[in-house]
Amino acid sequence: MRVRFWGTRGSIPVALTSADIRRKIERALALALEKGVNTPEKLQAFIDNDLDFSVLQTYGGHSPCVEIETGTEEFLVCDMGSGARAFGARIMAHTKAGSAPVVNIVMSHVHWDHIMGFPFFTPAYIPGAKLRIHGCHDVIEQAFRLQQSAPCFPVDYSRLAASIEFVRLQAGTAADIAGFRVTPKLQRHTGDSYGYRFERAGKSLVYSTDSEHKLEDPTETASFVEFFRDADLVIFDAMYSLLDAVSVKEDWGHSSNIVGVELAQMAGVKHLCMFHHEPAFNDERIQSVLNETIRFEELTRGERALRISAAYDGMELDV
Amino acid sequence: MRSLNASPGIAPVATEKNMEIRNKTYGDVLVLSPEGRIDHANSENFRNGLVPFVERCTASGEKLVLDLTGVDYISSAGLRCFMLAEKQTKSQGGTMVVASMQPVVKEIFEISRFTLVFATFAAVREAVAQLSPTALEAFDAGNK
Repeated sequence: MRVRFWGTRGSIPVALTSADIRRKIERALALALEKGVNTPEKLQAFIDNDLDFSVLQTYGGHSPCVEIETGTEEFLVCDMGSGARAFGARIMAHTKAGSAPVVNIVMSHVHWDHIMGFPFFTPAYIPGAKLRIHGCHDVIEQAFRLQQSAPCFPVDYSRLAASIEFVRLQAGTAADIAGFRVTPKLQRHTGDSYGYRFERAGKSLVYSTDSEHKLEDPTETASFVEFFRDADLVIFDAMYSLLDAVSVKEDWGHSSNIVGVELAQMAGVKHLCMFHHEPAFNDERIQSVLNETIRFEELTRGERALRISAAYDGMELDV
Repeated sequence: MRSLNASPGIAPVATEKNMEIRNKTYGDVLVLSPEGRIDHANSENFRNGLVPFVERCTASGEKLVLDLTGVDYISSAGLRCFMLAEKQTKSQGGTMVVASMQPVVKEIFEISRFTLVFATFAAVREAVAQLSPTALEAFDAGNK
């Protein structure tokens, strides 16, 4: 099972600024001077070995869109944030001439950052393409039509050429989607959101974004521990610091790196991938949060180590 | 559709047990010394144990020092109790600080960003000295 992240940022897309690029170059060159890089060979080794992710690359800025490879002709994706535009382009590049794609879309909820990529999702405009939009809310079709209507968008939803079907799921009831057993779970978020557990051939991954956790509520905690139980990968909303999550941003519907590690440890998860990054954070800040989270896991580790990563646009993970 | 949006509120639940917290007064400073782990299993008991002391921490009342010498682990649920206590003391015009954290607890505090809200001191004596010269005299006299 391969997971490909097309959008990993929360709330609103962001882009690197010219100042951000300059800062990366300054940091890289300063370190090169310090390391005595003075030949092309040393330069290559320096780039490969000495620059951390936040200097060499970027976490990206597209809002949530996460593809799960199905191993078949069908596509499967969670959410239609701004990352869906590039995902759609990939689908078209991999679709044979004379055929049309089949895409299964699973929606956590319909807040704007999770649907804004759909009007730019090329397969929706292709005659013969089939889109199945799965979710637990009863307003998904309404939201998709609303954002793609005058005066907000020039191409009305009714002009989409693909066959689009809305499939209602029920929390706690497993469904078969593109060969996966998919179980939704209600999450704490304004207007509700749903996490999804995907299982196939003994492997499991959980997509749990836009979810606030009240760990003082033992019943709720136990239910999420069970939802995450022994998962190979949990993609987790770690937007805030714990301090923000329990103070100024309490009840804003998001969680923290600390709570992510605690739940994953309780559930025996193998890999926790932090997701829905705060749009105000630059690459250095996200890298710093990742490093701190890895340290927190070390401090609180039980019998088994938990792998920690921070999702970035373009990241691929094999489960 | 079941909603999870209801807030559990901050009032202590009367039926739950209160954690006994060792306490000692030095002048106008009250030093609280919880012990062991403060985790998901006992955080509500810890919160309930803290409430009576927090209520005394007002502008004209006692200043609080949370002495964490005996605390070897604190979870997010435990840290939330600290935040609730801090909110209450602030609303009452009181002062609460943290002192003598073990290295692991200190790192958890830092990673959780709680050091942005709480004044922290390496030792209880430092905290008492910062809060009240009168209390420091009592502290030194009581710890001879």
